[in-house]
Amino acid sequence: MDRTRLSRRPGVRSAGDRVVNNIDMQVNLGGILMKNPVAVASGTFGYGCEYAGLVDVSRLGAVTVKGVRLQPWPGNPLPRHVEVPGGMVNAIGLQGPGVDGLIRDYLPFLHRADVPVIVNVWGTSEEEYAEVAARLDGVPGVAGVELNVSCPNVKEGGHAFGTDPHTVAALVAAVRRRTRLPLIPKLAPNVPAIAVFARAAEEAGADALSLINTIPAMVIDIETRRPVLANTVGGLSGPAIHPVAVKLVWEASRAVRIPILAMGGISGPEQAIEFMIAGAAAVAVGTANFIDPTTPLRVIAGIEAYCARHGLTSARALTGSVRI
Amino acid sequence: MVDCMARVIEQHSLSSDYFMLLLKAPEVTATARPGQFVHVRVTGLSEAALRRPFSIYGADQGVLALIYKTVGRGTEQLARLAAGDTVSVIGPLGNGFPLDCGGRVPILVAGGYGVAPLSFLARRLGRRGVLLVGARRAEDILCACDFADLAWDVRVATQDGSRGERGLVTDLLDACLATSPEASTEIYACGPDGMLRAVGERAVAAGVRAWLSLDKHMVCGVGACLACVQRLRRADGAEWIGRVCHDGPVFEAREIVW
Repeated sequence: MDRTRLSRRPGVRSAGDRVVNNIDMQVNLGGILMKNPVAVASGTFGYGCEYAGLVDVSRLGAVTVKGVRLQPWPGNPLPRHVEVPGGMVNAIGLQGPGVDGLIRDYLPFLHRADVPVIVNVWGTSEEEYAEVAARLDGVPGVAGVELNVSCPNVKEGGHAFGTDPHTVAALVAAVRRRTRLPLIPKLAPNVPAIAVFARAAEEAGADALSLINTIPAMVIDIETRRPVLANTVGGLSGPAIHPVAVKLVWEASRAVRIPILAMGGISGPEQAIEFMIAGAAAVAVGTANFIDPTTPLRVIAGIEAYCARHGLTSARALTGSVRI
Repeated sequence: MVDCMARVIEQHSLSSDYFMLLLKAPEVTATARPGQFVHVRVTGLSEAALRRPFSIYGADQGVLALIYKTVGRGTEQLARLAAGDTVSVIGPLGNGFPLDCGGRVPILVAGGYGVAPLSFLARRLGRRGVLLVGARRAEDILCACDFADLAWDVRVATQDGSRGERGLVTDLLDACLATSPEASTEIYACGPDGMLRAVGERAVAAGVRAWLSLDKHMVCGVGACLACVQRLRRADGAEWIGRVCHDGPVFEAREIVW
């Protein structure tokens, strides 16, 4: 198994060599060349421009933008989030500008920032997923497509595709036929055997896997006895889900040869390094962006320092180095 | 906007539930305008705790002043801060109130501690006006002396009648609008959603321009997460979904689709 080879794919821009403190931080996520293994997770960093005053976006390994479907989508009613011990539960509901609005209004900024963009895609049918991915093919700056088959907050799409391995495989295959972009299905955490889903996605043509999505959750106001979220249920994110995510990343990484983008409760370098040791090729910072927008930059520096301290010459050497 | 560590200069209680926090934050105060807010990361909470948004009460000579009410674990922890402690502050955020009222008399309508940004506004507006402030009880009336010091006309209403007139702040507004020609006043309001809606509806009906500072739960504070959205209407009638933290929190009443 070699998840570290650096290959070129049509339409994928080279990230260039980046060696800092004698640590080679470059990673290849299924054909997406990242200057370092630290991305930001979908829905937690807007379209990059929102945080540009606080974070040098060009220093990130990749930016995953918020879920987009064919047409603009209004999302869920308010309240859309609630803070809980160890994180938050959200039901934003994939509000977005539609793929054409994304291409026109938001992607040019990230293209200028010279950072690979992974576009999170969702839909209500295989055809919609495939059409959105097809429209992204060849768009400057777009380096890959994350297939959102696991959002718990939109009944029209998302998780309905992610809870049956045959459906995941059919969806990946359908999208694969319409785009040359690297495909990264974002798997649902609430399935009985993640390995089955991981293998199904790989065999259908996925180039990498993204996991985990938020965990379905619910919060009730005991005074009113009503759900806090207008959507009744939402997705739990933040440090509370990190150990769950590590286990699923480890299990998935043993089942497939394609690389894994891991996310779930990263608040500093330690959790990112743990994910990579468990088997991830790269990581994505999510909820922590809301608390400290500089978290991804701290994570990059922390991975470099950890590698230097442990005598590793590349961040890639961390991947799958767990000792069982 | 900047992301900085701000040192606590002083903190004191205004009444049982309200506090004033003074922070040394010249990077924030240099460009802060009335109606903008800051996003504070409260130290001492777990690493998962989200930031809290606070309106700016004052921004002078590098000192950022906030007024807040203790309503949960975040603000209760904030109340424990003492001089010398530091907190992470991102700001100033949002668009703020317009400062040019075109020669019209400003009517400021405050609900509870929504008076805080309006005090900042009164100090930055070029002329005197009227403050209408309402709350549940006398202890919830804050900062009225700020406006008296500026020789503003201060009118108070409490629901329990313990200070000023018994009733709602909108009762005061009704009386004010009844005696003012529609072109002579401009309204600025901050308070709970129900009050803002009532103020906005009265302003639109009277043909008076009103600037409302919406109070929504925010997560990121910069427009990335879409947790604090509001349906809005453009001048051509087309509706859109705005982000209160980024596109607001101040909107003109006719823009808002309640």
